[in-house]
Amino acid sequence: MAANDPRDAVITGIGLMTALAEGAAENLRLLTAAERPVPRTDTETFAPYPVHPLVDIDLSNQIPKRGDQRQMENWQRYGTYAAGLALSDAGIAGDADILDRTNLIVSAGSGERDPEVDAAILAEIEQTNDPGRFLNEHLLNDLRPTLFLAQLSNLLAGNISIVHNVIGSSRTFMGEEIAGAMVLQWALRQIKSGNGDVFLVGGGYNGPRPDMMFFLALGNYLYSGSEVPPLWQRVGRTDGVVCGSMGAFLTIESREHAEARGAHIYARLEEVVADRGRRDDAEDVARRADEQIAVLDRVAGDRPIGLISAASGAGPALDHELAMIKKIAAARPTYVRGCATMIGHGIEAQIPAAVALAAAALDAGIFYPPFEDGDIEQPADAPPDMIAVTGWGHWRGETLTIVSADR
Amino acid sequence: MAASLLDHKNRPVVAVTGIGAVTSLGAGTADNWAALTAGKSGIHRISRFPVDGLRTTIAGTVDFLDIEPFSGPALTERLAMLAADEAVTQSGIGAPGAFPGPLFMGVPPVEAEWPHRRELYAAGKEGLGYKQLLAGTRNGDWKALHHLVAHGRPAELVAERFGTRGAPISLSTACASGASAIQLGIEAIRRGDCDAALCVATDGSVHAEAVIRFSLLSALSTQNDPPEKAAKPFSANRDGFVVAEGGGALVLENYDAAKARGANILAVLRGVGERADDFHRTRSKPDGSSIIGCIKAAIEDAGAAPADIDYVNTHGTGTPENDKMECLGLTTVLGDAVTETPISSNKSMIGHTLTAAGAVEAVFSILTLQNGRIPPTINYDEPDPTIPLDVVPNVARDVDVGVVLSNSFGFGGQNVSLVLAAEPA
Repeated sequence: MAANDPRDAVITGIGLMTALAEGAAENLRLLTAAERPVPRTDTETFAPYPVHPLVDIDLSNQIPKRGDQRQMENWQRYGTYAAGLALSDAGIAGDADILDRTNLIVSAGSGERDPEVDAAILAEIEQTNDPGRFLNEHLLNDLRPTLFLAQLSNLLAGNISIVHNVIGSSRTFMGEEIAGAMVLQWALRQIKSGNGDVFLVGGGYNGPRPDMMFFLALGNYLYSGSEVPPLWQRVGRTDGVVCGSMGAFLTIESREHAEARGAHIYARLEEVVADRGRRDDAEDVARRADEQIAVLDRVAGDRPIGLISAASGAGPALDHELAMIKKIAAARPTYVRGCATMIGHGIEAQIPAAVALAAAALDAGIFYPPFEDGDIEQPADAPPDMIAVTGWGHWRGETLTIVSADR
Repeated sequence: MAASLLDHKNRPVVAVTGIGAVTSLGAGTADNWAALTAGKSGIHRISRFPVDGLRTTIAGTVDFLDIEPFSGPALTERLAMLAADEAVTQSGIGAPGAFPGPLFMGVPPVEAEWPHRRELYAAGKEGLGYKQLLAGTRNGDWKALHHLVAHGRPAELVAERFGTRGAPISLSTACASGASAIQLGIEAIRRGDCDAALCVATDGSVHAEAVIRFSLLSALSTQNDPPEKAAKPFSANRDGFVVAEGGGALVLENYDAAKARGANILAVLRGVGERADDFHRTRSKPDGSSIIGCIKAAIEDAGAAPADIDYVNTHGTGTPENDKMECLGLTTVLGDAVTETPISSNKSMIGHTLTAAGAVEAVFSILTLQNGRIPPTINYDEPDPTIPLDVVPNVARDVDVGVVLSNSFGFGGQNVSLVLAAEPA
């Protein structure tokens, strides 16, 4: 690895909440405990689809004003909460001088609606004489005026600005899983090139909602059943996604900025690769995998690595990603962990959550025991000092993020 | 070899070598420019869906494209494709299907629409509400609908068609998205990541629920008759914006690289400024400090002085709030010169193209630079005494314009300003 550079991008704050636990430290503790945690799963509410609901949190810890909480739907609350955790963890929360020049990049979707209003309309609309007028009148009378603001993709960022006073800049990237890698990539590139010293990046997702599950169900991506198999046992099927709720944000700073203020450095963000292309073009799929493998070869060489897969569970993406992982593992000791087994899948928030888990482990100098039994996940001989996060989106976009211990 | 051209901060200069636009006024920059400078409105009564019971029954929808089956996401894709095609063709860059740089694209949060929901509900046969909708997804193959309503899909299609490099960025900063897409292109070229970027923004999402959502926030004009008079930016009787559709695209290039390949340079993007607002979800800080900071940052980034701004292509939505705050921002930054500086709002004619607005209006700003003609603010019949600005009322004006400031502001505290110029400086 190159000597420390003042323009290195370093992770100085982690805000993570999952179906397992609130806080990066508690997630790390549970996931490295002698006894493997049992994923928290609800198989009944949305049967036949199981989900991983968020652990109980007290929203007012990070979103003190009830008025602010009311203006959001849960995906925004979770993201805003996690952003607050990250800022607090970095020691930036409430520091007006730094927040004034903190650049916010959120990976977001949208899609939370008012399911009751939708249900009431759908129950009657086909029986009415004038469906157009019926729809207009119901929507106009029944929708909460502020619901729109809880639906807009960029209003997670907007709420973070309002609740946590982050005002340097504000961008929201979309496009499902890949957005979670692009926010990291943009922060990395801006820091490396000297265009900004402090970034707050990440996302939030609320899986257990019928209106959110509807999108994945349209593509037949959702897993059905009363028992949830771990990630790698879903290889070979297309319908392997189990939604999870989560919020995952990271503060990323230039090394010089972090060191000047004496900030704790969790890990260094080394590289983010992202590409797209058709999934039914085997040659091009292989090209995209090889592109990522080449970057990993350059950065990691033959050192042992941890590999946290942010795979959704949907095939054929899962099969493609696993094929790439096997090539990676052929070149060096590679300790693979599929995080969807433990926390489910959170689309735009999934890659930030996986990177948060990686940074927490690198900082602690430990690695996660296998999340499942079988050949793919093996115990690490020693904690790796570099972790690759692979994330091949459920329908498009292939990404690889590399983080390393900063020692 | 000639020394490379750098700006006042020793960064590569960013040139524009291709532009494209589609609005309710037509497809292509030529038709749009002719209509805009003639003071023509594209706003009309909505015919796409029944408007019974709605308070607002007008919009700037794009109705002249043949899209079958019609849906907002399908129109959104088509608008992006048409605008990008015009821009890439004009720039002459790369080989067909091999654009030598990344794609940055402002996209609306597309979603399944009511006709889709009704179809799925019928397919579900039993249950209630979303249980029945989810049951519907299990009866039949709906994968094409999943892809259609995926947020990443419009950029995926444009990336595939034009062969842009790497993963595209789909982005949303609400009504500033078009300017943000250009901003990402500027940043990427200045960093030296690439010599070219395709920046697109698109919005084809005027459906009944969209109109109702904005109505519920009291954002829309309700002066439906006659439709073409409803959008009245900076007027005393302005009562909201008119929702509209469009697509805008720009090919950005490193100036030296563009020169080296003999490209025709249409304009340069001299500066960009941004400031997020933490006051309120739909309103600016009362002191205007975020808007002021945004405009100042753009002018400073351009290495310019406020006095250098020859014309302001305003955000100018026609809501009471926006126009008041934008006036405060311009007055504060431009100072006494503000009354001498012509400003106008394209939205008086094309309505508010939402996600697309920043890119569409950047394209029109470049046409203003090229033609020395400022499109008017139409429907300016009742001046607002609290906004004592030269809004180029009702009739286009011929003026040499060297530097344009283009503002874009959006819900969620999004503020982006661009400074465009005819020549590098």
